[in-house]
Amino acid sequence: MTVQTETELELASRVLELARVSAGPSADVDVSVNRVALALTRFANSYIHQNVADTTTEVQLRIHSEGRTTSASSTLVGTDALREMVERTVAAAKVSPLDPGWPGLIGPTPVLPSHDVDQAIIEASPVDRASRVRDYIEAVEDLTAAGYFRTRYWTTAYANSAGQAVSGSCTEAALDAIAKTASLSDGVTRQASRRIADIDGAVHGARAAAKARAWDGAVEIEPGTYEVVLEPTAVADVLYCLGNYGFNGKLVNEHQSFLEFGSQQMDASITLVDDGVAAFAAGLPFDNEGTPRSRLILVENGVSRNAAYDRRAAAEAGIASNGFADNGSAVFGMSPNNIRLEPSTGPAPVDVEGPVSDSSVQSLVAQVERGLLVTDHFYTRCLDPRRVVMTGLTRNGTWLIENGEIVRPVKNMRFTQSYSEAFGPGNVLAIGDHAIALPYNYGPNSATAPGLRLAAWKFTGGASG
Amino acid sequence: MTHFDAADAAVEAALAAGATYADARVMHRRFESMSARNGDVEDLTQRESAGIGVRALVGESWGFFAVPDLDDAVARQAGVRAAEIAAASATVPNRRSGREEALIPSDPEVGSWASECLIDPLSVPLSDKGDLLTSATAEMRKQGADIATGSYDIWDTRKWFVSSEGHRIDQHVRECGVAISSTVIGDGETQVRSYPSRRGQFGTRGWELVEETDVAAHAARIADEARALTRAPQCPAGETTVIIGGEQMALQIHESVGHAIELDRILGWEAAYAGTSWLDLSQLGSLKYGSELMNIVIDPTYPGALGSFGWDDEGTRAHKRDAVRNGIWKGVLAGRESAAVAGLDYAGSVRADGWSRLPMVRMTNVGLEPGPHTLEEMIAATDDGIYMDMNRSWSIDDRRLNFQFGCEVAYEIKNGKLGRMLKNPTYTGIGPRFWASMDMLSSEIVAWGTPNCGKGQPGQTGHTGHPAAPARFTNVRVGVRG
Repeated sequence: MTVQTETELELASRVLELARVSAGPSADVDVSVNRVALALTRFANSYIHQNVADTTTEVQLRIHSEGRTTSASSTLVGTDALREMVERTVAAAKVSPLDPGWPGLIGPTPVLPSHDVDQAIIEASPVDRASRVRDYIEAVEDLTAAGYFRTRYWTTAYANSAGQAVSGSCTEAALDAIAKTASLSDGVTRQASRRIADIDGAVHGARAAAKARAWDGAVEIEPGTYEVVLEPTAVADVLYCLGNYGFNGKLVNEHQSFLEFGSQQMDASITLVDDGVAAFAAGLPFDNEGTPRSRLILVENGVSRNAAYDRRAAAEAGIASNGFADNGSAVFGMSPNNIRLEPSTGPAPVDVEGPVSDSSVQSLVAQVERGLLVTDHFYTRCLDPRRVVMTGLTRNGTWLIENGEIVRPVKNMRFTQSYSEAFGPGNVLAIGDHAIALPYNYGPNSATAPGLRLAAWKFTGGASG
Repeated sequence: MTHFDAADAAVEAALAAGATYADARVMHRRFESMSARNGDVEDLTQRESAGIGVRALVGESWGFFAVPDLDDAVARQAGVRAAEIAAASATVPNRRSGREEALIPSDPEVGSWASECLIDPLSVPLSDKGDLLTSATAEMRKQGADIATGSYDIWDTRKWFVSSEGHRIDQHVRECGVAISSTVIGDGETQVRSYPSRRGQFGTRGWELVEETDVAAHAARIADEARALTRAPQCPAGETTVIIGGEQMALQIHESVGHAIELDRILGWEAAYAGTSWLDLSQLGSLKYGSELMNIVIDPTYPGALGSFGWDDEGTRAHKRDAVRNGIWKGVLAGRESAAVAGLDYAGSVRADGWSRLPMVRMTNVGLEPGPHTLEEMIAATDDGIYMDMNRSWSIDDRRLNFQFGCEVAYEIKNGKLGRMLKNPTYTGIGPRFWASMDMLSSEIVAWGTPNCGKGQPGQTGHTGHPAAPARFTNVRVGVRG
């Protein structure tokens, strides 16, 4: 589209200067500029039915003056529009209610370098995306395919009146798709990566199709407590929910989280980290307040260590922010952006026959005397944030395991399960040796998860109620 | 250059680049939100967003491109890009289609529409809005809430829509709403009471809606109730008669009827993400969805409800239509393309979350028509049961059949009277079986607004309305816990 001549950091600095002139030298001012080029090719019934792209630059401005704070944002980045936004924000700050919890701005602080961006993602055309979709659809053969292939490229910058000025960028390609049989059994596959070449539509198509075929003829079984093997796609849901309700610094401050730092709250086999800098998928090296991000240990060998904080929540807790401010964090709190469950060590996985995603998960299935293999979770919602009690359903393939073998497909079941207790001491029987990055619908976020064998998981309803 | 001119330029360029149909939507939206906690404002945000989104059809394949720039040359280039994307889509076409028209016919509508607004919410002084939230949250805190929160949201959206078929429509929609909530941290538990609901009450109205909601009058009560919940017994587990309050009924309608009758889900277009539907088009007009008391309408003309508009985002004029009549499934939420695929002759339920997102099938106002009873009569007619209200959690399967919902509060009903407060109420069921058990329905309709309906990839947030009233259901499983 239009030729971009001004970098994000130059734009941020320009808005910062406008705001400083207008708000006066005593005001705290910070500016974020986020430019996102998104392209998403969506398919259903084995054809491309929605195919979208947009490139949007958004400027975010915060002013704290005389004890009052206002924030604003705009996608209008022309000189007049920006000046108007600045004047409006300065005026709003004068009549806003007092903000006694203002945590101040970060001073000049270095951040880790961004990943190398993948030029192939930046330059991917609609035809390139369609080609990968075609590979997937052809690989599911006579089954029906649905899902998306997506590319995203973020460039971001932050500047403030205390002297911090940083910029970064990242790229992501992602595939999230199902294959469905004529009898409506289906299988899913997902992957996110910083490099487009890592995602092979044909490999994923074959994997989803194998699951879909193996789930055909599913029978209903009695709900109850079962040993389970969760595929990485299901583990990702557990990680996101633990992140939102458990490792959320605001909820920790409010005593709404289960976290007790220094306590052995999870099984000793569990180590959870947030790592946007070395993530398999997209991640940025600083947050909306210019705070650097680095590898953050959330749980170390089962012992709770850290939560995610922005500057306001960190100030309340009497600690330093670790870089998790985003657009909604002031109200909803902070979540780890790139949460990872550390896998065990083992050989590189290979594809296997049947419904199991790879040899890493297959090795977990082989350990189970009687239990269920769960591919995916759907529509999980919180009943009790303190114990992270979630209810949701299985989806995209569930099987009964007996004596280490998949013996039959079973219909979807509803579960009502405390996720923190699922990771509790003694309940984690084994962790897979291969973690994959799973895509997220919003922002440069991901969860990286291996398969997981858990001693008990509470299924509270069958397919028929 | 007007916004219509930019849209015209984009459409012309898409046609010149090979599209057989194109439309363009210029949108300008202002959003303001304030939240307070424990007597202090914790966030005030004002956002502005403007741009143009262009849809182009090449053969039977679509492309969409959006830019945050309304310059003529940029708009033209967006039209070209939309056509290029559509051409790429056509390399992976629908080989099973065989239909003659990609879209059902539409009159080339020309007109303007604005939602009713007595007090412009963006004109109300920030200090007044702040006082409203800080005083309500301070009062809840004083009355025993450990965490007292309050918030309002305001959207002011102007749209200009043009199509290659001659549509030329501009609309101005103002929406707002408010919520307060008290959380009490008990021994290993959190209990919450909210007013008027957890998400708030929202409508296509001005600040008068917030004033009518009068959160200050309810602050002390909900703080007391949240504290009382920590001392209340658990909602028992088992099967019983349940009276569901109006706010929770809005959620029940949204999840188990509204999403199920979305035609894109029925056709499989959402199969990989939001899911499909248990409904089969071959049964439209004959399938028993619920009891004879169940009359649900799709009505984007409902004054002041959150899903109201003059035309949808592909230029179909708002009209009222039956979804369920006397318990029989009668209609769907459709767009011009999905209707063409399904062989139906109506559309009108396609909307987009902003200029940068593709219009897709969305709920408008989907709600119950009033029943013959009152809540008081229903309680008096119940010997043994539970009354629960105010949604706290919601989960339903990908075919919109198997649901489990949690409420903030419940009360036992014994011999026609409300009894003890109960905490952690949940109920679960299978959609048509549950709706078939509805044997009493109140006439006390409120058009609840849901401002956070997620759907689509990239994700879109929809605003929907749900006229709803308390209703009674029999043999419902309650008290499911983890």
